[in-house]
Amino acid sequence: MRISFPRMGYSYIAFKYLVENIGHDCVVPPEPSKKTLDLGVRYSPEFACIPFKILMGTYLEVAEMGADTIITSGGVGPCRAGYYWIMHQQILKELGIEMNIIGFEPPLHDLRDFWKKLKLVWKSGGVSYKEFVRVLQVAWEKLKAIDDLEQLSFHVRPYEVVRGETTRTLWKALEMLDQACTVADIAAARDEGARLLNLVTRDETRDPLRVGIIGEIYVVLEPSANHYLQIMLGEMGVSVDRSIYLTGYCGRNTIVTPEDDVFAMARPYLNEAPIGGHGVNSVGETVLYAKHGFDGVVQLAPFACIPEIVAKSIIPRISRELDIPVLTLFIDEQTGKAGVQTRIEAFIDLLEKRRERKRKGRGRLVV
Amino acid sequence: MTGAYLGVDVGSVSTNVVVVDGDGKILARRYLRTDGRPIETVQKGIKQIGEEIGDKVRIAGAGTTGSARHLSSMIIGADIVKNEITAHAVAALNVNPQVQTIIEIGGQDSKIIILRDGVVIDFAMNTVCAAGTGSFLDQQAARLRIPIEEFGSIALQAKNPVRIAGRCAVFAESDMIHKQQLGYNIEDIIAGLCEALVRNYLNNVGKGKEILAPILFQGGVAANLGLVKAFEKYLGQEVIVPENYDVMGAVGAALLARDAVSRKRTTLFKGFKIKDLTFKTSSFECKGCSNLCEVVQFYQDGELLARWGDRCGKWEVQAS
Repeated sequence: MRISFPRMGYSYIAFKYLVENIGHDCVVPPEPSKKTLDLGVRYSPEFACIPFKILMGTYLEVAEMGADTIITSGGVGPCRAGYYWIMHQQILKELGIEMNIIGFEPPLHDLRDFWKKLKLVWKSGGVSYKEFVRVLQVAWEKLKAIDDLEQLSFHVRPYEVVRGETTRTLWKALEMLDQACTVADIAAARDEGARLLNLVTRDETRDPLRVGIIGEIYVVLEPSANHYLQIMLGEMGVSVDRSIYLTGYCGRNTIVTPEDDVFAMARPYLNEAPIGGHGVNSVGETVLYAKHGFDGVVQLAPFACIPEIVAKSIIPRISRELDIPVLTLFIDEQTGKAGVQTRIEAFIDLLEKRRERKRKGRGRLVV
Repeated sequence: MTGAYLGVDVGSVSTNVVVVDGDGKILARRYLRTDGRPIETVQKGIKQIGEEIGDKVRIAGAGTTGSARHLSSMIIGADIVKNEITAHAVAALNVNPQVQTIIEIGGQDSKIIILRDGVVIDFAMNTVCAAGTGSFLDQQAARLRIPIEEFGSIALQAKNPVRIAGRCAVFAESDMIHKQQLGYNIEDIIAGLCEALVRNYLNNVGKGKEILAPILFQGGVAANLGLVKAFEKYLGQEVIVPENYDVMGAVGAALLARDAVSRKRTTLFKGFKIKDLTFKTSSFECKGCSNLCEVVQFYQDGELLARWGDRCGKWEVQAS
């Protein structure tokens, strides 16, 4: 099979390895661009949210590049994204494109369905079961290393003296990871990448604000879908923490669910039926960020995303009770980043003033 | 010559240039239409201001704000570049130190700023849709062939405002047309539109915010008396329109410049002579990697002053 998949941040590096080493060809999905958006918007229902449209565009692009199979995920709970892969399949079919979309649902949800799909991918590749499991493990290690390096870059970037140095170093580190093929190589590449990131010239006199990013998984994880917000914040001198990492997401949703934490945090504010998507997470994570002393939270939501709208309506109460400012950004087709920049700049001004005042109040020295 | 501060606010619809004294009192002001040409409009505004008071004051500091704030800072040589929210808050506090809520509606943006004890504690700004902003009112005024300046006073004559769907500008327009074809009065339709915009504003940017008095209404749209009345009706409180409501952003930028130069004591302002310089921009697509960033180059008299738009930073040259 010639397999492709949705592009979410840098995870394609690990997925490429996985696909290629279980005996298939890989079509690496290109970073979502104007072309992706044009295609996606043209062939999607008008009212679908932006993740649907970007993925639609991506699938059309990879079809053009020769992919015949797409592996993606479904979803549980009342969020329409769970049905997206089925819709995508229908639309591609109507367009006369031969494409098989395999949507993996969380295994605990329907073990038989999961196993059936996994077997299809494994058997058609022709590697032994042992090898298949080994490759899965290596891919998982890669994914974790990617997350580690990106996370480290979020903490280095606010200190960088030369704009862009962290980003360029991260790209270099990811390239090394891309080359690594064994667990040991991956560990070495990760350590070397981390070393390089730590060598970025820093201005230690800075005192970065700490901001958490919450929201819907796709717009949080794919930088081109959120105006490269995490880089933008870093370059404005903010240390970013992202609530969602793919390894965290998979780890939680596939085998065990220590999401209990986040859900327990959300419960005092949202005791009704689960609202699906990442709505409950957004509520719980806002509470967690407040409790961990973060200066503020940015919520990213696709325009018209019901779970995030529900969360947005609850968040003002958390903001008041736990004293943490939250800025919500709705993401749609717009590619001009000036608007986002204005709101982020104003938010940072607000957070800085607030921190200054708090420190004065506590009689701490303002540096 | 006394020291004064220059503020420039380049928005989607209007470009405002003010010169204020150390207390924020306006010495000269211009409200120009941007007409899609921010560079020329800034130069024109600076030229006019320079002719009016250039020989009476010495510009000790300059600041820019508005959606073209970075571009205009390159043109004038600004000591500070600030977002509109902070600029509006600073200007409002200078007019009314007790202010707790600012409603600001401009050409493409509408925002709400919540302040307590003289500090911004929360704000919201329309994100995806520009329904209910100045550009939409402009369009409707043009469609009805009513000068925008008279739009608000016509609304005040309404006896029975009709209900207009305000969720989206496109929906609002078709609703207006339907009502007009049924024979409703123009003043009732316009008043209905004002109420629809206020409902949309309060339900969208104002959602979940604690709106306490004093409430200041700023931005070009505050000229619309119909909207002021509609806000008062829905909020049940007085809405104050400050004297220089239409140039508050520029005043804020000037005040921020005053504070910025008080620390460093020199200004980067290039002087009123900038009207004679030629500024040009060009752009190209960087092919260095798959990101294909659109890099903008900024020239002054043929000399490259700055580049921006690249994600990795490799094209960036600092303006000297």
